[in-house]
Amino acid sequence: MTETAVGIHGVTKRFGDVVAVDNIDLEIPDGEFFSLLGPSGCGKTTTLRMVAGLEFPTEGSIKIFNEEMALRPPNKRPINTVFQSYALFPHMTISDNIAFGLQMRGVDKAEITQKVNEAIDLVRLGGMGNRRPKQLSGGQQQRVALARALVNRPKVLLLDEPLGALDLKLRQAMQLELKDIQREVGITFVYVTHDQEEALTMSDRIGIMNEGKLLQIGASEDIYENPNSRFVAGFIGETNFVAGTVAEEGAVRLSNGVVVKARTFSTARSEVTVTLRPEKIHLHLTPDTARPGYNTVPGTIARRIYYGESLYYEIDIGTGDLIDARVENVPSQARYDAGDQIVIAFHPEAAEALTE
Amino acid sequence: MSMTEGTATPRWVDRVLTINGWVVFLFLYLPILVLVGYSFSGSSTVGIWGGFSFQWYRQMFANEALMDSLRNSLVVALISTVVATVLGTAAGIAIDRYRRWIGRRSFDALLYLPVIIPDVTMAIMLLLWFTTINMALGLNTIIISHIAFNISFVAIVVRSRLAHLDPSLEEAAMDLYASRWQTFRRVTLPLIMPGVLGGALLALTLSLDDVVITQLVQGPGATTLPVFVFGLIKRSVTPEINAVSTVMLIASMVLVFVSLGFQRRGERYD
Amino acid sequence: MTLLEDRPDHDSEAANPELERKAERAESWRGFFHALPSFAYLIFFFLLPLIIVLVVSFSGRKATGSPSFDNWTLDAYRKLLDTTVLRIAWRSLTMATLNTVICLAIGYPFAYWIATRSKQSTRNFLLVLVLIPFWSNFLVRTYAWRVLLDSDGPITRIGEATGLWGKLLFTQPAVFLGLLYGYLPFMVLPLYAALERMDWSLVEAGRDLYATGWGAFRRITLPLSRPGVIAGSILVFIPSLGAYVTPAILGGAKTTLLGDYIVTQFTSARNWPFGSAVSVVILTVMLIATLVYFRTGARTL
Repeated sequence: MTETAVGIHGVTKRFGDVVAVDNIDLEIPDGEFFSLLGPSGCGKTTTLRMVAGLEFPTEGSIKIFNEEMALRPPNKRPINTVFQSYALFPHMTISDNIAFGLQMRGVDKAEITQKVNEAIDLVRLGGMGNRRPKQLSGGQQQRVALARALVNRPKVLLLDEPLGALDLKLRQAMQLELKDIQREVGITFVYVTHDQEEALTMSDRIGIMNEGKLLQIGASEDIYENPNSRFVAGFIGETNFVAGTVAEEGAVRLSNGVVVKARTFSTARSEVTVTLRPEKIHLHLTPDTARPGYNTVPGTIARRIYYGESLYYEIDIGTGDLIDARVENVPSQARYDAGDQIVIAFHPEAAEALTE
Repeated sequence: MSMTEGTATPRWVDRVLTINGWVVFLFLYLPILVLVGYSFSGSSTVGIWGGFSFQWYRQMFANEALMDSLRNSLVVALISTVVATVLGTAAGIAIDRYRRWIGRRSFDALLYLPVIIPDVTMAIMLLLWFTTINMALGLNTIIISHIAFNISFVAIVVRSRLAHLDPSLEEAAMDLYASRWQTFRRVTLPLIMPGVLGGALLALTLSLDDVVITQLVQGPGATTLPVFVFGLIKRSVTPEINAVSTVMLIASMVLVFVSLGFQRRGERYD
Repeated sequence: MTLLEDRPDHDSEAANPELERKAERAESWRGFFHALPSFAYLIFFFLLPLIIVLVVSFSGRKATGSPSFDNWTLDAYRKLLDTTVLRIAWRSLTMATLNTVICLAIGYPFAYWIATRSKQSTRNFLLVLVLIPFWSNFLVRTYAWRVLLDSDGPITRIGEATGLWGKLLFTQPAVFLGLLYGYLPFMVLPLYAALERMDWSLVEAGRDLYATGWGAFRRITLPLSRPGVIAGSILVFIPSLGAYVTPAILGGAKTTLLGDYIVTQFTSARNWPFGSAVSVVILTVMLIATLVYFRTGARTL
């Protein structure tokens, strides 16, 4: 049974009247790649900083491998951080930057040289040891920051939006590299980001935060397919929201009067919002061509948007807002034009009736 | 973003500005150049050229009182610079890196006052004070006074350098197991050093430049170079003064280039 | 960043608001102690002297000129209203203001010219040329004019030869020239700093929106360079008002300015309370001027 690497219990941070982090509970097992995901200002960075020791918690316990560390200064924690701005020491060479932590801990010189070279090879920056941070590209600096942290073999590595400053292609490449390095080194990674695609692709589990609260924790697939709140559903991926009331268990009457089968979690007559992801919607000309067991709702195409690999349809089903549907750009899929009367179809499991 | 060709001022305006520019430079440099020129003049009447000569320089170096005042100036400048730099750097750190302590805002205001006050006022302030607390006037009081006005200048320079220092650098150092002192010594200090040295240089110059304050608080005894020269000028203008002036000018120029050197080093890491 | 120093009794505890407050207080004290030496020094050798000046201005006067703290009087302030004093004060005020204005009039185009040179290396070179006089000894720079304006000095001889002017030394124009020469770099440098830092693409945007060259300057460049104008003006006005060395070297009996007048009270005129009173008035004027200026713009000097 794997140990709990990071145990956060009842942690709160107040800045005067503002509650930045509101009573968070979280356990991260050893070796996991865990992401804290949320919009700006949700408290994810503050939480990370409290784990790092850079911020003093107002309340709560922070345990690293079962050792209480809430009050320990950062230089006494077996944890290292990769900062958003990389925070590379501009007046030191790359090698000196990486060696810094080891020097502070009094490791002897020969060992330092060996470990630094290993770290440089790990992040594939061989031969650049004598350069200064200023001479490196953004991507290279990021790797130095990573090496500088990992060379100390921390029990947990904290990463604060490390890829934010990189352009798209580089970011995607680095995401894969980070994942590979994590697997190779076997250390627990706690990763903070506001980019949900990043979190989804890299993490073993994700924790979604908003306004200081931890809303949902789970594996990527779990969070994506079973969001527990409107916020989570809307924050991860794209989704449609349709208001309605629960008709009975497993059925919801939408605001346009149509009753559909959906996953319900509350009693009859309760107000709910049905979430339905665009890629789960199929379009048909008539209800009988829909798959058996699928819900069908008539509607009119308002607009078609061509995205290259897919087509987006904005459809009016009479519930107020337009429904987005994403259809793959393949020959087998019929194309519809604005004004066409069609029927949308979706599997009952694809729709969730949320109360919050 | 600095000036691009695209925002070009109309050519005639640019020409006028250029002419104005060179005229101003002429205005700034001509007097000094004339002075330097006359310091090599053999004539004993200031203003009349009398053939090339080093005599005034020889006379200057032989003037014991002058050399004494020079030594005093250097001693005062050195001591006051060192003390003011240490205190001013600590003050700059206190204001920039620590945001909430008792009296921070009053201290901030207090720091700016010596910069704003004219030196005449400062001179009489200190004279009155030394008299009130019965402190004998001499080199000590000169040094104390110089420190008093230099702390602020150093603090301001250091503070502006600190403001550009990313705080996450210090956080990273602590994250990498450095103690507070190690963080300061290995990260903060090296990175603010151009500011510290710049402030020290400014303090040195202000100390060597000062006339009024030193004159009032020096008492009957020892004096500094600028005050000595000032006295010479007021009594009678002799060509020896031209020689002294030239030497002082060269010293100032050296200081300019040294300070530029510090700035260049500082920019290496930006 | 607040840290609790490592104390064995706290090290293995969870956090609570009480401990957070303790940590914040420890951090607060740390900041205070960094400032303490200079704070104490400035209080003892600046603030208290300042208060003493105020006190002395209200005190009586002994035969030697030093203050007697037995009788308190407003005599010193009453003397401020003497015509001689007022004349000197007015002369100083007009000189300082005129100097500031002219420094601005000359310095702004000058700084603008340097800032608009397209090559960074040109700008740096020109800046160094300004820095050299700036860092040069003030006394020496002022003395240079003494040489130039002396009876045998080149400027006097040119003036006599062309019939345009006579000996200028020891007259008001001489003092003014000295002030202008002395403080021009103090105006140029902050102006240059402000102009150099400006985002010139804003001016481009203005031209793009049909502004004329002059219009763009008046409505974009000028307002954006205001912090520099304010800083430069303060750096010229205040020392000009309290000028001592310049009038002492270039001026005469008829051109006494406040700086010299005050110092005389503490030397030959033997009237310390009066000298203090004049200083108090100057200080008040400067404080008000600075406050007004700071409120209208510049945050840092």
